[in-house]
Amino acid sequence: MGLKATHEKLIERSAADLRQLLLEGAVSAEELASQFLHAIKEREPKVQAFLHVDETAVLSQARAIDEKRKRGEGVGLLAGLPVAVKDNMCSRGELTTCGSKILANFRPPYDAHVIQRLRQADGVLIGRTNMDEFAMGSSTENSAFKMTCNPWDPERIPGGSSGGSAAAVAACMSPLALGSDTGGSIRQPASFCNVVGLKPSYGRVSRFGLVAFGSTLDQIGPLAHDVPSAALLLQAVAGHDPRDSTSIDYPVPAYSDTVDQPLKPLTIGVAREYFGEGLDGEIETAVRSALKVYEGLGAKIRDVSLPHAKYGIAAYYLVATAEASSNLARYDGVHFGHRAEKHGNLIDMMKKSRSEGFGPEVKRRIMLGTYALSSGYKDAYYLKALQVRRLIKDDFDKAFTDCDVVIGPTSPTPPFKIGERSDDPLAMYLADIYTVSCNLAGLAGVSIPCGFMKAGLPIGLQIIGPPMEEAKLLRIARMHEKATDWHTKRAVV
Amino acid sequence: MSLDAATVSWVAHLARLDLTEAELATMTRQLNAIVTYVDQLQELDTTGVEPMAHALDVHNVFRADEAGQSLPTDEALANAPERRKNSRGEQFYSVPAVLD
Repeated sequence: MGLKATHEKLIERSAADLRQLLLEGAVSAEELASQFLHAIKEREPKVQAFLHVDETAVLSQARAIDEKRKRGEGVGLLAGLPVAVKDNMCSRGELTTCGSKILANFRPPYDAHVIQRLRQADGVLIGRTNMDEFAMGSSTENSAFKMTCNPWDPERIPGGSSGGSAAAVAACMSPLALGSDTGGSIRQPASFCNVVGLKPSYGRVSRFGLVAFGSTLDQIGPLAHDVPSAALLLQAVAGHDPRDSTSIDYPVPAYSDTVDQPLKPLTIGVAREYFGEGLDGEIETAVRSALKVYEGLGAKIRDVSLPHAKYGIAAYYLVATAEASSNLARYDGVHFGHRAEKHGNLIDMMKKSRSEGFGPEVKRRIMLGTYALSSGYKDAYYLKALQVRRLIKDDFDKAFTDCDVVIGPTSPTPPFKIGERSDDPLAMYLADIYTVSCNLAGLAGVSIPCGFMKAGLPIGLQIIGPPMEEAKLLRIARMHEKATDWHTKRAVV
Repeated sequence: MSLDAATVSWVAHLARLDLTEAELATMTRQLNAIVTYVDQLQELDTTGVEPMAHALDVHNVFRADEAGQSLPTDEALANAPERRKNSRGEQFYSVPAVLD
């Protein structure tokens, strides 16, 4: 595995570039789909990013789009671009497993909102990607089915829980992917795989059809090689949906139209709490270099404080697990999903079905959440966490009066070796320190490539912005991208 | 605050989970470590702080009370582990008896 800077192969080019070729007619959707399907055939044995790929269906989707264009009907925003989808977004009639045995044979009777939008935009749904079970994890090691490896180092994790989506893009098996982010699950794998990963503000993208983990925290977002491509995919799926009562009724700006416009003036907040103990020295160096790049582009750097930052993990793992314990109560063997073959009464049926179907991390989180909500403990744990959540949000509100965005590392440490943290759930949780606050406060956050460790492992820069300011966030991210070339590197698989 | 095995057993029952002896021991140990960690929230004085349950200040998002389209029964029951028909041909999810 190594670095590759030139893009002769179509599969290595960014989605934004490929879209131009598709619109010009220089390549057909079918030809492009074939090339990515070929890449999947070649690279999947090593990377294992996908849970399901249906070649026939993919080519048939692509052909239909080519026919549309031939008939002069005009094509949607995605114009035939392949998009890989994390396996927790319902696709009608297709296996949607959430990386769990309990849904191993589940075929939803409806499409998620984002799936409908992808189809409307003429995206080609190229495959369903691997993930930590029910999105619970930071390494994709909690998938019940397979382990995805990091295309930059096959002995290391791709990150999680959207590890499959990040690896699929990084290994050039798809130019675009959708992931979901509850505590960092788009941004962290993006940073580990040298791709762009954006978590939109809460309510920006409809959660209808996204299998729920933490209902006040979950958001679907794009992963891509570069910022304009991420902007394109976000534009294709964002917007109000009456079927999701938490989706915000706010117009969607044309993100791809403005993404190349730098922001001037620009003030960047650097939180001192993000640069303390536990941050790897090489990562800190890369992040500070990125800040110098911004200074060179005319940005002001301002010291800000997020005093409650260190309580983010504790608050998150109470709120998220409490919500999860409620959301996962539906998997009881009654209506769908795994039902135990041998069981006693109704309650025993539910217990056996759940115990057989869920993996250890899911059980752990359900238990923690149930405990945090149980009589006698709810005030001390769940409600306390919700109060701390407000303090964390207030910290950001205050910081944003002094700066446009807060910038820091996405992860305190580089991608670790597969199996290295399996025995210590708490150590795994602590790695989310920079990402969870964004979900708790409902903010928008993006991770972009900003360098590599000496060992060749990617480093991500996280940019956090106020709610509903994705257009600005993307423009700011693009400024760094245009002045550097980290995003042009491709893993050799 | 520390959890004993009895509490963990009780929580498992509430969560409709069956734990083996070994799982109970591991779970007790792991949950204790996590709960000890999250106890640091008690350091903070949160008097008068309004709990924040939602990232957005959206209230009472209602739709008109009009009947719309529903999933046909066949589709709705397609993933049912067990189903049954009554004498009128109506389909149901089939479960062990709820009442003894």
